[in-house]
Amino acid sequence: MSDITSKPDGWAPNPRAARRRRFDMLATLFGMAASGILVLVLASILWTLLSNGLAGLSVAALVKPMGAPGSGGGLANAIIGSLIQTCIGLLIATPLGLGCGIYLAEYGSKLNRFASCVRFISDVLMSVPSILVGLFVYQVLVAPFGHFSGLAGSVALAILAVPIIVRTTEDMLRLVPVAMREAGAALGAPRWRVTVFLCLRAAKTGVTTGILLALARVSGETAPLLFTSLGNQNWSLSLDKPMASLPVTIYQYAGASYDDWVQLAWAGALLVTLGVLAINIAVRISARRG
Amino acid sequence: MTLAPPRQTETLHSSLEKEEKKSGWTDRLFHLLVGGSALVVLLVLGGLVLLMGYGGREALHIFGLQFAFHNVWNPVTNEYGAWAPLFGTIISTLIGVLIAIPLAFGTAFWLTAIASPRVSSVIGMAVQLLAAVPSIIFGMWGFFTIVPFVARHVQPFLTHHFRHTPILAPLIHGAPFGTGLLTAGLVLAVMIAPFMTAVMRDVFGAVPPMLRESAYGLGATRWDVMRKIVVPWSRSGIIGAAVLGMGRALGETMAVTFVIGNVTDVGWSLFAPRSTVASLIALQFPESPAGSIRLSSLLALGFILMLLSFVSLALARTLRGDTK
Repeated sequence: MSDITSKPDGWAPNPRAARRRRFDMLATLFGMAASGILVLVLASILWTLLSNGLAGLSVAALVKPMGAPGSGGGLANAIIGSLIQTCIGLLIATPLGLGCGIYLAEYGSKLNRFASCVRFISDVLMSVPSILVGLFVYQVLVAPFGHFSGLAGSVALAILAVPIIVRTTEDMLRLVPVAMREAGAALGAPRWRVTVFLCLRAAKTGVTTGILLALARVSGETAPLLFTSLGNQNWSLSLDKPMASLPVTIYQYAGASYDDWVQLAWAGALLVTLGVLAINIAVRISARRG
Repeated sequence: MTLAPPRQTETLHSSLEKEEKKSGWTDRLFHLLVGGSALVVLLVLGGLVLLMGYGGREALHIFGLQFAFHNVWNPVTNEYGAWAPLFGTIISTLIGVLIAIPLAFGTAFWLTAIASPRVSSVIGMAVQLLAAVPSIIFGMWGFFTIVPFVARHVQPFLTHHFRHTPILAPLIHGAPFGTGLLTAGLVLAVMIAPFMTAVMRDVFGAVPPMLRESAYGLGATRWDVMRKIVVPWSRSGIIGAAVLGMGRALGETMAVTFVIGNVTDVGWSLFAPRSTVASLIALQFPESPAGSIRLSSLLALGFILMLLSFVSLALARTLRGDTK
C-alpha cells in the first residue's frame, strides 16, 4: 500500500513498447501539426481579408458603381452583376439538375446504359477545370454572337452548378426507403406523385443543401466568367451586354497599380468570402440539426 | 345473388384501369420530363468534352503532335507549342500533391483517431470551410502573403546555404521574385489538402470498427492501428483521394495565375517565374483575336487540360472502385 507508484514485481522496461509509444507520440504531434497548419492557413486568409478589406468596405463602396482610378468608384455594379448572374445560373441549373437527379435515382438502374452515361459525364464535369467551362461557353454563346454577355456568364455558372445538384439529388433520393415508395404506390398514387410528393419531400433537406452548396461554389468562380461575361466598368443590367461581377472585378483590380483599386479588390474579396463561408456554415449547421 | 360478386369485381377492375389510363399519361409526361433533362445534361456536358478537341483542331493540324512537346510560345512569330505551360502544370501540381498528401493524411489521422469528438467537429468544420474558400481568394492571399515570404525569407535562405550544393543549386537558381513553381505548389497544396482530408476522413471512417477495436485490445497504439490496420484497409481510397486532389490542382486557374509569374519558359529552377496551361489560357485568351492561330492553340491547350483531368478522374474512379 505504501508504494503504490513503485513498479510491480518482475517489471522490466520494454524497449519495444517504449519505441512504439514514442512513434505514437511522434505521429500524434505530426497529425496535430498538419491540422494546425490547415487551421492556421484559414485564419491567415481571414485575417488578411479582414485587415485589408475592412478599410475599403464603406457604404460608398457598396452603392457607387465602378469608376476610373482615383474617381472614388465603388463595387455596386459588380455586386449586382454577380447576384444577377448567380441567380440566373441557379434558375437554369436547379430544374435541370433536379430533373436529371430524379431520373438517375428513379429510372436509372444499373442496367440502364443511358443513365450510366449521364452519371459518368456528370461526374466528369464535377471535376473538370472551371476555366474549360468558360472556353466552352465562349465557343457556343460568345463567338457566334460576336460579343460577351451576362447571359453567357450565367450559363457558364449553371454548367458548373448542374453536376453538384445532380449528384446530391440522386444520392438523397436513393436514401429514401423503398417502403415509402411502396406505401405510396399501395395507396394508388401514380409514380410521379410518389416521386414528387413523397420521395422529394422526404429528401428535401439534402436536396436544398446540394443547391445551396452549388450556389456557394459558383458565387466565387472567376475563371468561367473571364471569357463569357467579361466584366463591365459601366452600370449595365442588360443580359445581352458584358456584365460586371465581383470575382472578375477582384481579379482585375488586385493586379492594378492604383491603390484605391487594390483597396476595392480587398473589400470585394472580403464580401465574396464572407458570403460563401456564411452559406457553408448555415448549410452545415442546418444539416447537423436535420 | 350468385352473379353479383363477379360484376362488382369487373366494375372495380375497369375503374382501376380507367384510373391507370388517366394517370398513365402524367406518368409518361413526368418520365419524359426528367429523362429530357438528363438528355440535356448529357448533351451539354458531352458537347463540352467534344468541342474542346474541335476548337483546337487547327493548331493540332498546323503543329501536329509536336504541339505538345514544342518549347516555344511566341505570339510575335505565331509559333506555339504546349511544352512550357505543360511543364509548369505538371511540376506545380506534383509539388502541390507531394506537400498536400502528408498534410491531409496527418489531419485526417488526427481528426479520426486522436482528437476528441467535440474538437474534431470544430476543426473538421474549419478544414471544410477552407475547402470552400474561392480560388481567387487563395490567389490574392498567396500573392500578398506567400510571395513576399518566399522572396524575402525562403529563397535568400536557400541561396545562402545551398548555392554550391551540386543538385540543389540549379533548383534554387534565379532572382528572388517570390513567384514560381514552388510558390504555386505551396498555394495549390493548401487548396487541395482540405479536399483530400475530407475524402480520407470518409475512407478512414469506413474501416470496420471491430478491426480497430481488436487491435487496440491487443495493446496497439493509435499509430500502430493507423499504420497496420487503417492504412492497409483503405490504401486504394487514400490513393484515390490523392489523385482527385491532383485533378483539382491540374486545372486550378485563378490561384496559380496570381503566384506563378506567367513566363512561358522551361527550366529546373523552382523559383523562376513559369506558367501553367490554365493560367496561360486565362491570361492570353482575352487578347487573342477570334479565328487566329493563337486562339486555336489556346483551345488545343484546353483540350490537353481536359485530357489530363479526364485521365486523373478515371484513375481515381478505378482506384476507388477497388475498395467497394
